Amino acid sequence: MVEIDWVALSIFLFFFVLVTVMGFFAARWKAGPVSEHLDEWGLGGRQFGTWITWFLVGGDFYTAYTVIAVPALVYAVGAYGFFALPYTIIVYPFVFAVMPILWKVAHANGHVTAADVVHGVYRSRGLELAVAITGIVATMPYIALQLIGMGVVIKAMGLTGELPIVAAFIILALYTYSSGLRAPALIAFVKDIMIYIVVLVAVVVVPAKLGGYGAVFSAANDAFKAKGGATGLVLQPSQMLAYASLALGSALAAFMYPHTLTGIFASKSADTIRKNAILLPAYTLLLGLIALLGYMAYAAGVKVSTPNDVVPALFQVLFPSWFAGFAFAAIAIGALVPAAVMSIGAANLFTRNVWKSYVDPGISHAGEAAVAKIASLVVKVGALAFILFLPTQYALDLQLLGGLWILQTFPALVFGLFTRWFRAEGLLLGWAAGIGWGSWTAWSNGLKPLATLNLGGASYVFYVGLGALVLNIVVAAVVTVLVGLVSPKPSGAPARS
Amino acid sequence: MWMLLLLPFVGLLWVPFYNFQEPALLGFPFFYWYQLAWVPISSLLIWLVYRSRTPDETP
Repeated sequence: MVEIDWVALSIFLFFFVLVTVMGFFAARWKAGPVSEHLDEWGLGGRQFGTWITWFLVGGDFYTAYTVIAVPALVYAVGAYGFFALPYTIIVYPFVFAVMPILWKVAHANGHVTAADVVHGVYRSRGLELAVAITGIVATMPYIALQLIGMGVVIKAMGLTGELPIVAAFIILALYTYSSGLRAPALIAFVKDIMIYIVVLVAVVVVPAKLGGYGAVFSAANDAFKAKGGATGLVLQPSQMLAYASLALGSALAAFMYPHTLTGIFASKSADTIRKNAILLPAYTLLLGLIALLGYMAYAAGVKVSTPNDVVPALFQVLFPSWFAGFAFAAIAIGALVPAAVMSIGAANLFTRNVWKSYVDPGISHAGEAAVAKIASLVVKVGALAFILFLPTQYALDLQLLGGLWILQTFPALVFGLFTRWFRAEGLLLGWAAGIGWGSWTAWSNGLKPLATLNLGGASYVFYVGLGALVLNIVVAAVVTVLVGLVSPKPSGAPARS
Repeated sequence: MWMLLLLPFVGLLWVPFYNFQEPALLGFPFFYWYQLAWVPISSLLIWLVYRSRTPDETP
C-alpha cells in the first residue's frame, strides 16, 4: 500500500481543475454555434490554423499512453522498443504528400470523416460502412489505453480504487459533450507545454544526476547482458525486418485513425497541414527522448513489477514531490486530449456514416450535432466499462489488432485521391481479406503483431499489419480487373468530387 | 524535388545501415543518434520540397 503523496496530489488537482474550467469555457472560444452544425461541434468550425493544429495533432497523436508505454517497452526489450522513432519520422513525408489532397477533397465537399470521403469517391455504401466501422472499432480500445495511462499515474500518487478514473472521465465526457473539438484543442496547449517542460527537465536533470548519457546507456547495456534473450542496445539480426516493417506499417496507419484525421479535417487550409508536416517532428524529438527514460531507469536503479510503472517510478525517485505531481498532471491531461478527440472522431463516423446513411438520411445539421454529442458519450462509457470490467490485457490486445485493422482502410481512403482505377468491390474484398488474414495470423501467434514467412530455408519475421496490407492491395487489384471484365466501368462514372 | 521525401524512408527502413553501437556521440550509441538526427533532417527535406512547389490557390 502506497501512502498518498499530498504535495504531488495537490499540484495534480490544481492542473486538472484548470483544464476542466478551460474545457467548459472552450465552447465560447473562436465562437461558433456549437450545437447547430456538426462542423462546429465535431471539427471546431474548420478554422484551426498552423499553431492550433500543431498543438492539437501533437496532443492527440503523441498520447499519454505513449509516454508510459514507449519507455516501458524500451525498458523491457531495449532497441526494439525504439521503432516508435523511425515510425514518427517517416509519417511526416507521407502526411505532407497525401493529407493536403485529402483535406481539399473533404473541404470542397463538406466531408467530416474518412468514410464520407470514401463514399464521395466510390459511391459505395458498403465500402463507406466498412471504413466507418473499422474506425469506430479501432478507436475504442485506443481510448481505453488512455485510461490505463491515466490510471498508472493516479496509482503512483497513492490513490487506489477506480473512483478517481471514473470521476476524471465523467468530467471529460461532460465538457466534450458541451464544447466539442474546441475543448481538446484548447486543453492541448496546456498539456503540450507541460509535457515539453517535463521532458526537457528530465532529459537534462536525469543524466546529470546519473553521470551522463554514457553512464545511462552502459547501465542499460549491463542490464540487458544480464537479462539475455532478444534484448540489447542494438537490434539482433532477426529483429531488423520486424523493426522496419513495424515502423512503416505504423506510419501508414497513423493518419487513418479517426482522431488524427479529425485534426486534418479541422484545419483551416491545405497549407496548414503542409506546415505542420514540417513542424510536428518537434514532438518526435521529444518522443525519442521520452523513450530514453526506459534506460535512465536502469541507471537510477529503479525496480518495478510491471514495465508500465517505470516512468512514474523514475520521476518519484529523482524529482521532488511537487515536480512529480506536475509531471503526473501532464501525463493525465495528456490522456484527456486524445481521449476527447478519439471519441469525437468516432462520434462523427457514427453520425455521418451509420446514423445518417442508414437511420435518418434527412437529418438536419443540428440533428447531426445532437446525435454526435450523444454518440461521444456512449463511446466513452464503452471505453470506461471496458477498463472496469475486463482484464487490462484485452485493451492492449485489441489496440494492437486495431492498428492492423485501421491500416486496412488505407487503400480505400488514399488510392482514390490519386486514381479512379480501383473498383469499390475490389477495395471492399481487399479490406476483408486483409482484416481476416491479419487477425487470424495475429491470433494464432498468441496476439503478437508479427508474422513469420519461410522462404528457401530462411525465415522472415515482419509486422503482420503490413503483410495484411499487401494482401489487401493484391486482392483489390485482382478483383478490380475481374469486375472490369464482367461489367466495364460506365463512362459517366461520377468524377472525383 | 519530391524525391527528397523518399530519403527518410531509405535512411530509416534499411536497418542494417545503422544497427551499431559505434561511433558514439555524446554518450549516445550510433543507433540512437543516427535516428534522432533524422528528425531535423526530415523536417528540412520537407521544408525544401514545400518551398520549391508552386503555392496553391486555396488559402
